[in-house]
Amino acid sequence: MSSDAMAIRNVEVESLPLVETLHGWLTTVDHKRLGILYIAYALLFLVIAGIEALIIRIQLMHSHNDFVSPQVFNRMFTMHGTTMIFFVAMPILFGFANYLVPLMIGARDMAFPRLNAFSFWLSALGGFLLYFSFLGGSGLYGAGNAPDVGWWSYAPLTARAFSPGHSSDYWTLSLLVSGFGSIGTAINILATILCLRCPGMKLNRMPLLVWLNLVMAGMVLIAITPLSAAQIMLLIDRYLGGHFFDAQAGGSAVLWMHFFWIFGHPEVYVLIIPCFAFMSEIIPVFSRKPIFGYPVMVAATVCIGFVSLSVWAHHMFTVGMNSYANSFFTITTMAVGVPTGIKIFNWIGTMWGGRIQFKTPMLFSIGFLFQFLIAGLTGIMMAAAPFDWQLSLSYFVVAHFHYVIVGGILFALFAAFYYWYPKMTGRMLSERLGKWHFWLFLIGFHLTFTVMHIPGLLGMPRRIYTYEPGRGWDTLNLIITIGAFIQAVAILVFVANLVISYFKGDKAGNDPWDAWTLEWSTSSPPPAYNFATVPVVASRRPLWDQKHPEDPDSRYD
Amino acid sequence: MSAITTLFPGTPGAWSLPHRGKVAMASLIIAESAIFTIFVVAYLFYVGKSLTGPTPREVLETPIFFTICLLSSSLTIHFAGKFLERDKRGAFLALWSFTIVLGALFLFGTGREWHRLIYEHGLTISTNLFGTTYYSLVGLHAFHVTAGMVMLCIVLIFGLAGRVGVEQSARVEVLSMYWHFVDVVWVVVFTVVYVLGR
Repeated sequence: MSSDAMAIRNVEVESLPLVETLHGWLTTVDHKRLGILYIAYALLFLVIAGIEALIIRIQLMHSHNDFVSPQVFNRMFTMHGTTMIFFVAMPILFGFANYLVPLMIGARDMAFPRLNAFSFWLSALGGFLLYFSFLGGSGLYGAGNAPDVGWWSYAPLTARAFSPGHSSDYWTLSLLVSGFGSIGTAINILATILCLRCPGMKLNRMPLLVWLNLVMAGMVLIAITPLSAAQIMLLIDRYLGGHFFDAQAGGSAVLWMHFFWIFGHPEVYVLIIPCFAFMSEIIPVFSRKPIFGYPVMVAATVCIGFVSLSVWAHHMFTVGMNSYANSFFTITTMAVGVPTGIKIFNWIGTMWGGRIQFKTPMLFSIGFLFQFLIAGLTGIMMAAAPFDWQLSLSYFVVAHFHYVIVGGILFALFAAFYYWYPKMTGRMLSERLGKWHFWLFLIGFHLTFTVMHIPGLLGMPRRIYTYEPGRGWDTLNLIITIGAFIQAVAILVFVANLVISYFKGDKAGNDPWDAWTLEWSTSSPPPAYNFATVPVVASRRPLWDQKHPEDPDSRYD
Repeated sequence: MSAITTLFPGTPGAWSLPHRGKVAMASLIIAESAIFTIFVVAYLFYVGKSLTGPTPREVLETPIFFTICLLSSSLTIHFAGKFLERDKRGAFLALWSFTIVLGALFLFGTGREWHRLIYEHGLTISTNLFGTTYYSLVGLHAFHVTAGMVMLCIVLIFGLAGRVGVEQSARVEVLSMYWHFVDVVWVVVFTVVYVLGR
């Protein structure tokens, strides 16, 4: 049966008055609409935090620049980091999980639709609180506005004495509130995957995206909650006169570091595992081969989930831990590279011998593979404690984690956008603009973040608002800033593509990529009820079975 | 080929999945455990590190009676659930109310202890590290007991109105899981605060 034969005609929806449409979106409990809300909200913050990054880069373009004051510079890097992690990466990945997981397991909706809406609006409130600090942060003290203590907010900088006004409170509250939203979503994802699979969808037949989101949700439960606990402690310190992180009363600033990084490092994996999930769906489809080593991929992901919980103090080698702790965290950090390496080999194994189609999603996926590998290699370098002593808090570290977050996570996200946009809107994204987007972003990315390793090696510390001329940093910083602007142009192309294609893109049909998972068996965009009849699956690639009844996967299952 | 006949099997006969409420509550319990772990770690890390008094040894009294109250409420809620499963509503309501009484007694005990510590020993959350960690850990637990009490009372009100029957058994079971969790946390808090921390 060809894919066209299964096409269901889009039901023409009569247009509602604007107010009713907005009311529908505000009160929706539909997982697809909430997914799109998450994504739209994250894209808004991506633009805001991107502008903050550009302000940072303009300031550092040449030595002794005075584009912004040191105080504003501190606010910019704090807001940039906090926004990108908590209000861009987290919600956008939750958005995709929300949208795709029920469709891929053949479910009608998430397990708890109202909890789903509640979690989204909590996250939205968190983002609003963070940015309200620009107005409300100075409080009665006239002391600064937005948070300026860095995204990890080390004690004692967050103590009342050093952070007067309310800026740190807004930071704390926004992360606490959005953290509760994340926990709600994680519970929802877990319950959905474990309890709502369609008949035949055994655990070992779930698409890898579903498996990896299951692991991600489990990690959110264990990794986000320590941050919530630490935020509660910080609030107790700031409002009730507690002494958790107050060294003058015997409290410990290092304890905050531990609590923060017990959250902070697994968080990286919470963000990257859904990106692995995108890769594991996109690479097979564009290589025209089933994923190589499905059980190993699942095992490696679960393994990463566990090991990543015991690596956090590699962020703290320069604090002065004893040699046993240093050795332990060096070894565990290097160990987490093993299952990650297995994944990279599996994706290459999937591409090997395949008929690779270089469509835009695949281009971004290949970019991901290449850059994530380099990010992992610099990560292994810094896992060695002595090497880290030399380069910690330098631009080398900034380059490393932006390689993970931009070169890895953002590239994977772009791949996911080009791959699933047709499903979400019914229109294809333009391939021509997509290629422009890819190449511009790739060039901008490497100009910025590949070059950024070098000033780091030359000793340029992070979070400085300016620097002396003649240290060999000037030209490099100029190149980095130019790269940042090329990336900004690429993002503009992307946004233009999203908007133009929504109105003028080619009609997508149900299954534009000739893919194999259940979301492509329903119309684009899917109806509110997802599937007219509950699907029954007999293998990992139900649509392959349907299209190739002469040679179904289920024969080998 | 036999494969063709098995291509589209009908709904598999034994296709049963776990109850979503139970899975969600188990997930919530995992998340809550992580929060409590952080507070317990902070408590243990700061044992004996207060720069000023009062110390736990001087002021804490072991709340044996109220601990027995809370732990036995796990038994009463368990049997209440069992009676509901067998549709014995009277016994269910009686044991459910008894659970609430036991929970209330425990909260009263916590309140009395805090009153004594504050007014007799001058220990508040800002006095020293012991005060900070003690009130936040015990307070976090008491907050969870209070939240549980609110939910138990809602079920009781519905029960008295005759709206809780055997068909709600699974939901009551979910609430019961939460209550058991609160009790287990108290075992940990009790051990840490009243046994190890002194």
